[in-house]
Amino acid sequence: METLLSKSKRILTVKEVSSLIMLLAVMLIFYLLSPLFLSLDNIQTILVIVPELGIMVAGVTVLMISGEFDLSVGSIFALSPIVMVELINSGWNLWSATILALALCCGAGLLNGVVTIELGIPSFITTLGTMMIWRGVVLLITRGWPPFFPEEAIPLAQIIVGEVGFVRLSVIWFGVIILFFWILLERSRFGNWIFATGGNPGTARALGINTKGVKCANFMMSSFLAGFSGLIQACRLQAVIPSAGSGVELQAIAASVIGGTFLTGGIGSVVGSSIGCFLIRIIDNGLVMARAPGYWFRVFIGMILIIAVVLNIFIVKKARKMR
Amino acid sequence: MKNSALVEMRNIDKWFGRVCALQGVDFTIGRNEVVGLVGDNGAGKSTLIKILAGVYPADKGEIYFEDRKVHFSSPKDAMQAGIETIYQQTAVVDVMSIMRNVFMGREPVRRFGPVEWLDVEKMAQESIKALKKVDLHLRSAAIPVGELSGGQRQGVAIARAMYFKTKLLILDEPTSNLSVKESRKVLQFIEDLKNQNVSSVFITHNLYHVYPVADRITLLSHGKKIGEFGEDKPSMEELIKIMISS
Repeated sequence: METLLSKSKRILTVKEVSSLIMLLAVMLIFYLLSPLFLSLDNIQTILVIVPELGIMVAGVTVLMISGEFDLSVGSIFALSPIVMVELINSGWNLWSATILALALCCGAGLLNGVVTIELGIPSFITTLGTMMIWRGVVLLITRGWPPFFPEEAIPLAQIIVGEVGFVRLSVIWFGVIILFFWILLERSRFGNWIFATGGNPGTARALGINTKGVKCANFMMSSFLAGFSGLIQACRLQAVIPSAGSGVELQAIAASVIGGTFLTGGIGSVVGSSIGCFLIRIIDNGLVMARAPGYWFRVFIGMILIIAVVLNIFIVKKARKMR
Repeated sequence: MKNSALVEMRNIDKWFGRVCALQGVDFTIGRNEVVGLVGDNGAGKSTLIKILAGVYPADKGEIYFEDRKVHFSSPKDAMQAGIETIYQQTAVVDVMSIMRNVFMGREPVRRFGPVEWLDVEKMAQESIKALKKVDLHLRSAAIPVGELSGGQRQGVAIARAMYFKTKLLILDEPTSNLSVKESRKVLQFIEDLKNQNVSSVFITHNLYHVYPVADRITLLSHGKKIGEFGEDKPSMEELIKIMISS
């Protein structure tokens, strides 16, 4: 009896459980509404759209665990492919253009970090500012028109979204990145510093952890991954859209929170966040499959977000009582 | 040599802008000694201790640790020398597990070539062992510290200091916000430290807590030392009189 109790307690305290339960419930509902939801074609579609959000969310989650926000990811998502494409169109080689675009994203992350930490202002404000700045820069560069997607970029497209059998390579990248961040958080020293920095910066500093360095590195990772996601979408669509990624920053935070990451820092999981991404994209897709008006999308995401947080708190309380 | 002090702080001055926080303070900690550092709020207790722990530098004065002149420019320096501080609010991270707290900043790793990863098994086993030494018996080191009682949390912080072979443990108001029973437990931890060759400094404004366990009591008031009392320390009533009259 006790083993059963402690076993169920252990399962319940796994931080990803509530989001997983919701994901399965939502999938079941959509399947009942339209059996085509679980058809191979549709699963293939979902696996194409999830990584573009999911890779970005991995960075956002890790940053949130260390106690900071990044609202600029949506703008970086648009900026990075535009910089790459504009560089190629002005005669640059594909790989140097790609590296420079991603380096620029890292620089944008560093800027977020330095301004937030050195000037001591909330990252919510810093990144709200840079969100507007980078979106403005995108519009300045493109004048609002999508630039021409050059053929020279095809080799990059093959590497990051090329088709391999049933899936596209972006799914593999997504899986590898989630695995990397899971190992980083759960099985590395740096991961312990990330949790400590978000959980109680005073303690972390007193124990000799460089909390500024940890946060800066996380800001850079968040922007880098947002830029990478942007390249994936641009290469998949073979088009660079100046408005790409608007509103995605809030979806990214929603996905993290649905997956069990706390806004206050110190608690979170990239596996939970990727479940959150699946939920968001599946609701988007499932509503279409169920022939519901697309406007319901936001209503459902909002509901799921609140239910997820309530469920998380409820489960933690229950699990504590079981001791 | 055996009789020399573990720590000697001589003639310490510290200014914050135009405010003088410490003025010509001498502070000594012997080996295997529990020193009570007592004073009212704003007396300069925390400032003095933060200078010793490497949080900020003194404007004037010298620090000797094990008879060598030292200069700690960061908490890490002080920790490496064997001085560990447990601050009242920031002893542990509540949302993290016991084992992640015990090894925070000093995580054990396993290596394979250039790749290193956390030795989670060692963290779990050694945490349980370290906690046993301070008489805390817990089944799992994976539960969040937030689920423990206030006294147990202090116990985790003390166990951590013990595990890393601290020579001097500084406790900043370790009994504030604790129940009477829990406070007694923490005082027991401090007595045990002495038996394991660790000196400790107990900072408090509550003379009643420190009096029974302290070998020596140093009184601070408005940035100055107003008294130091060793084995033949006066009664608690007299000490309180001295504090109030200063």
